[in-house]
Order: sequence, then structure tokens, then C-alpha cells
Amino acid sequence: MAETIIFQSLPPRPAPVKTEGLVPWIRTNLFGSWQSTLTTLIVGGLLLYFLPKFLNWAVFTATTVANADACRADGVGACWGVIKEKYRLILFGRYPFDEQWRPLVATLLMVALVVASCTRVFWNKWLAVLWIVVIAIYFVLMSGGYFGLTMVTTDRWGGLPLTIMLTTISLVLAFPLALLVALGRRSQLPAIRTFCTIYVELVRGVPLISVLFMASFMFPLFMPQGLTIDVLIRALAGITLFAAAYMAEVIRGGLQAMPKGQTEAAASLGLSYWQTQFKIILPQALAMVVPGIMNNFISLFKDTSLVSIVSMYELTGSLGLALNSDADWRPYKLEGYLFIVAIYFAFCFAMSRYSLWIEKQVNKSKLR
Amino acid sequence: MAVAPRTPPKKRDWSWRSQAFRGLLYQIIAVILIGGVAWFLAHNTAENMRIRGIQGGFDFLKSPAGFDIGESLFHFDSNDPYWKAFLIGVSNTLRVAIVGIVLTTLLGTMIGVGRFSRNGLVRGLCQAYVELFRNVPVLIQLLMWYLLFTELLPEISEAKNIGPFFLSKGGMSFPIPEWSTSHLSTMAGAAIGLVAAWLFRRRTVKRFEETGQLGSMFLVPFIIVIAGALAGWVAGGMPTTWVVPKKGEFAVEGGGSLTPEFMAVLMGLVLYTAAFVAEVVRSGIQSVARGQSEAAQALGLSKGQEMQKVLLPQALRVIIPPMTNQYLNLTKNSSLAVAIGYPDVVSISNTALNQTGRAVECIAIIMLVYLTTSLSTSFFMNWYNAKSAIKER
Repeated sequence: MAETIIFQSLPPRPAPVKTEGLVPWIRTNLFGSWQSTLTTLIVGGLLLYFLPKFLNWAVFTATTVANADACRADGVGACWGVIKEKYRLILFGRYPFDEQWRPLVATLLMVALVVASCTRVFWNKWLAVLWIVVIAIYFVLMSGGYFGLTMVTTDRWGGLPLTIMLTTISLVLAFPLALLVALGRRSQLPAIRTFCTIYVELVRGVPLISVLFMASFMFPLFMPQGLTIDVLIRALAGITLFAAAYMAEVIRGGLQAMPKGQTEAAASLGLSYWQTQFKIILPQALAMVVPGIMNNFISLFKDTSLVSIVSMYELTGSLGLALNSDADWRPYKLEGYLFIVAIYFAFCFAMSRYSLWIEKQVNKSKLR
Repeated sequence: MAVAPRTPPKKRDWSWRSQAFRGLLYQIIAVILIGGVAWFLAHNTAENMRIRGIQGGFDFLKSPAGFDIGESLFHFDSNDPYWKAFLIGVSNTLRVAIVGIVLTTLLGTMIGVGRFSRNGLVRGLCQAYVELFRNVPVLIQLLMWYLLFTELLPEISEAKNIGPFFLSKGGMSFPIPEWSTSHLSTMAGAAIGLVAAWLFRRRTVKRFEETGQLGSMFLVPFIIVIAGALAGWVAGGMPTTWVVPKKGEFAVEGGGSLTPEFMAVLMGLVLYTAAFVAEVVRSGIQSVARGQSEAAQALGLSKGQEMQKVLLPQALRVIIPPMTNQYLNLTKNSSLAVAIGYPDVVSISNTALNQTGRAVECIAIIMLVYLTTSLSTSFFMNWYNAKSAIKER
């Protein structure tokens, strides 16, 4: 009799380990091995110790009343009332109180234009025209003297509008200069190459503060007798020259990354030097260096805080202006610093995220 | 029928059509323009200085400075000449820059490597650190640290005591070993240990290249140096006396001390630059091909070995040039010390400028100092870069 084969079902296999979701993430990322578990416990313990203390100071025992006496009471943590009391002075510096809508409008206009310039749809020649128009409107609004606006001299400009203005205008002015210097450093002509190299290396070798000192102390000596130039313009010139050297290096990086075949193809088509640069090389190279220029923009935005050392009241300077001479509020300078730190952080963080995004956009053509 | 050979163009054709001619013309125009502008500025400066009665030249360096300096590596009082004040400024700049570079490299590398940790908490904290410190101006960070050190710490008379350390508005005091000649023998021992360690390491590397046997390249040489120093210390009679700071009536006396200005500058520069160094290290490690990391895992290397023996040595080549830039940035940013009154070269020059009115000379000194440091640092790093580059045919 043939052996009967009895059907036996195999024991069911266990369900596959879940690898998605919160619990598995915690298991692999926080308690993956005993070293990892130990690290988690130590770091987590430190966080659990310090974070509540900080939150307690910053949120739970903080007061938002704009009254210095309420801040001095026992057991009160952060005194955010200082910002309620002083925010107009911190944000707009010494600009006349009743006229502060003008810097607000002018700055919003400029920020809107910067955002538009960051959008690819607007990358055409009208953008340059728009920039000139907006800068003109900005200066008319800020300084006044026309259309029934009262005159406000530049020494009263300050705060966030000054920070944004110094950054954007010096960047816009530095761009064409940087373009020429970058081309000059790769030029066949030895004299021009030498001048451009010396300029870039010289400026990159010294700190910005020495350039600003030069703008505020030495620049008046450079000018012919009787010609005085506003300190704001001098600082702007200094920052522009400084930024141009760094930007030239970024652009040169893009130029260097262009394959030689592009220049050779242009030459064989009979294009002149300028035609080659403007129609073939620069459109491709500049698209590549947009993230780099964005980084220049971020560091320039942070660097404008240095003009407070040569006594101009941009955001950092106006904080000192608001709190240093006021005995009631001076003890709460830390809260004031945290306020402007938050402003700087918001701007820089947004720009760095944009830089990452545009980097992906630019590299899209290389991905298949 | 043969085509008549074209005559080759003349070597130099002096017309508008010739590229060489136009090139020469452009250069002559550029030289004349730049020379003209330079002459114009120099002429104006000389004229202005004559009219305003400003004296020029560097002869003021020999006259007494007339101001005191808060901290210096060697003795200085207000009767000493300006050149000595500038020298102290330079030494203070270099002191904060060198200490800062060492600390920022350690911290930045740790944070950069930490972003590849298997532990999610560590990864997240490292990223948060980078984003937070990179996006806030370094000047504000310096000012905040200075505020913390000078306003939130206790008064000098109520200095906070942590073990042998004292922390107060007057800075930090810490114990230092009492100087005696027997310390010389410790130093000599350490020097001998250093030479021995170098010889040992060279032999290990040579043996590895010949036979493939891997010896200890870091731990044993390190132990040799420590052992040398220890032997020297024992030979010197084991001096153990330390100068411990004590709380006096008005101040903390004895021991070494750091001023709040120095600590604020150092702290601000190190924490700010470390965020950038971390990014440099991270992108360097990411630039190593994925296959390298997979191959290391296939060979059964641990995560630490993989990082130390496979990824970092290859990443180093990508890291060095941007790292040089960060070192130079740190050195240049140390000029912000002027904002909180740490007597670096910029703040000394600023004081001298205000006292003597010689703007051109004082700013020239600042620029010269930074140019020299920048150029020599980049020469050194270029040399190191060439040394660690891939040896190709």
C-alpha cells in the first residue's frame, strides 16, 4: 500500500517587522544598540534637565507687561515687556516716529522685489529696470523732500530697513563689478588679470571692519577739498567693494566649471569675446552659481551688523541705542538680543532654505 | 590646377582688426585709468593732510602711547611706545585666533561627524546646532556672550567656586603648576617622547607599506609622548605644587586667569565657526562614494573604524580647502573683538587712531597684519593640501 502523504501545514511565518511609523523609528534610531541607548539616556537626561529650566524662564514665569517694575518683581523670568516698550525704536532706529510708515513701505517693496528676483519666472531684463525703479522709490520715500514728504537725513535712518537696504543695494551694485572682475581674472591680458587678482586677494585678506574703518576715517581724506560724501554712501561703497571680491570668486568658480568646448564652439562660430561671454558662457555659468551667490547674500546680511561699530544704527546698533541709555530697561538687554536674534535667524534661515531649493532646481538638468 | 597658397597673416598687424593690438590698447587704458585714480586719491590725501595740518609717517610709533592695555602677554604701561602697543595687539589677536582654531576644529569635527550618528537624538541636536549658530551674526553672538559674562555672573567678591576654579564678572581663575626649574626636565622628557613617537610611527607606516601589517599609529605614539613627559617629571623630582587661586578681599588672587573679554571673543568665534566647520566636514564625508562605506561594512568594520580608517582619510582631501577658508574667517572675525574691548590689533589701532589722528597709518597696520596672517595661513594650508592630495602618476 502506497504510503499516504498526509498534508501538513507549515507553521505560519511571523509577520514582517514593521519598519515604518513612530515606534520602529524610535527603536532603530534611539535604542538601536546599547551604545545608542546609553547616548539617548545621557543626552535625553540633559535635555530634560535644561529645557524645562529654559522654558520656565522664557515662557511660564515670563511677563509681557511693558512695565519695568513688574519685571523686577521676584520670581519673574524673562521680561518680554521690554520689546513691547521698545520695538519701534529697535526696528526703525532714530527715524522720526510719525514718519515710520515710510521705511515700512519702502522696505516691504524692496523685500517683495528680492522675493520676485528669487523666482525663476521673473529672470529677464525687465528685472534690472524694475530694480532701478524700486531703488529710486526707496530713496525718495526714505529721504523725502519731494511730494510733500518731510526731509529725513541719512543719519536718522536705522533699524531693520537700514540692514535690508545695505544688504540688497550693496549686493546689486557688487554684482556687475564682480562679473567684470571674475572675467578679468580669467582674461588673456596680463595687466588686467594682475589688477583683478590683486584686488580680489587684497580684499579677501582683510576683515570687513578694516574696510569700514577705511570708509569712515580715510575716505574723507581721499576726496577733493570741499566734497563731502554722506557716511551712509561711504559705508555702502565699502561693503560693495568687499562683497564684490567674494562674489567674483563664486562667479569665477562657475566660469571654471564650464567645459572648454563651449568657448571653442563659440569661437568656431565666429563670435567675438563679449558675444561668447554674454551669449554662451555667462548664461550657463551664472545659473550654476546661484546657490553660491545666495550664500554671499546670507553672509552679507549678517555682516551688515558690523556697521554698528562705525556708529550707524542698523538693527544691532539700534538695539544698543534703545537700551544702553535707559536705566530702567538696560538690565533686560538679553531679551532684546534674543528678539533681534530671532529676526536675523528668520531671514537667514529662509534664505538658506531657498538656497537649498534652488540648488536642486539648477541641478535638475543634470539629473536623468 | 593648384590653388595659389594664401599668404600667412603677418605676425603683428597694428590695426583695429588685430586682437593683439586691441588687447594691448585695453591694457594701456586700464593701467592709465587705475594709475590715474590712484594718483588722484593720493594727491587728494596729501593735499587734505597738508590743509588740515595732519602729520604723516610712522615716526609716531616711537613716542609713548599714553594708554594702558587690559591684558597682555608681556609687561606694558602707558609710557611704553606705540610699537610695543601694536605688538601686544598682534599677540592678542594671534592668541585668540590660534586657540580658537584648535577648539573650533575639535568641536566642528565632532558635530559634523555627529550628523552621521545612528542615534536620532544626536543627529537632530547636531543639525539644530548648525542651523542656530550659522544663521545669527557673529557680532551679536560675541555681544551676547560678553553680556552673559559681565552682567549675569556674580560680583568678583562673591565669585562662584567650582572646585579650584573661580567664575565671576572679573573672569575665570584656575590653578597653574608653580614654576620651578624641574619643570624643564618634564618638557625635555615630552620633547624626547615626541621624537620617539615620530620615529615609531614612521617605522609602523613603513612596515605597513611593506608587509600590510597594521600597527597602532595613534594610540602607541600618544602613550610614548605621555610616558616621556612622565619620566622627565619623575627625573625632575616630581614637583607637585600648584598655585591655586584664592578668594581675597576684593579679587580672586593667584593662579592663572582669563578675562571676560577673552572668554567672550573665544566663545563667540569658536561656537560660530564650529557650525561652518561642521558643514565642511559633513559635505566632505558625504562626498566619499557610497560604495566605500558599503565596502567597509562588507569587510565587517565597526562604525567607528569605518569612519576613522575609510571615510575620514578620503574626506580630508575635500575638506582641507574650505577648512582653510574657515580658519581665515575665524582669524578675520577676531577683529570684532573691538566691539567688546578685547585689546586685539584692531582695537589698539582704533585707540591709536583716535589719539594721533593718523588714520592712513593705523588702518595700513591693521591691513598689513591681517594680510600677512591670511597669506601665510593659506601658504601653509596649500602645502598641507598638496601633501595629502592623491598621489597620482
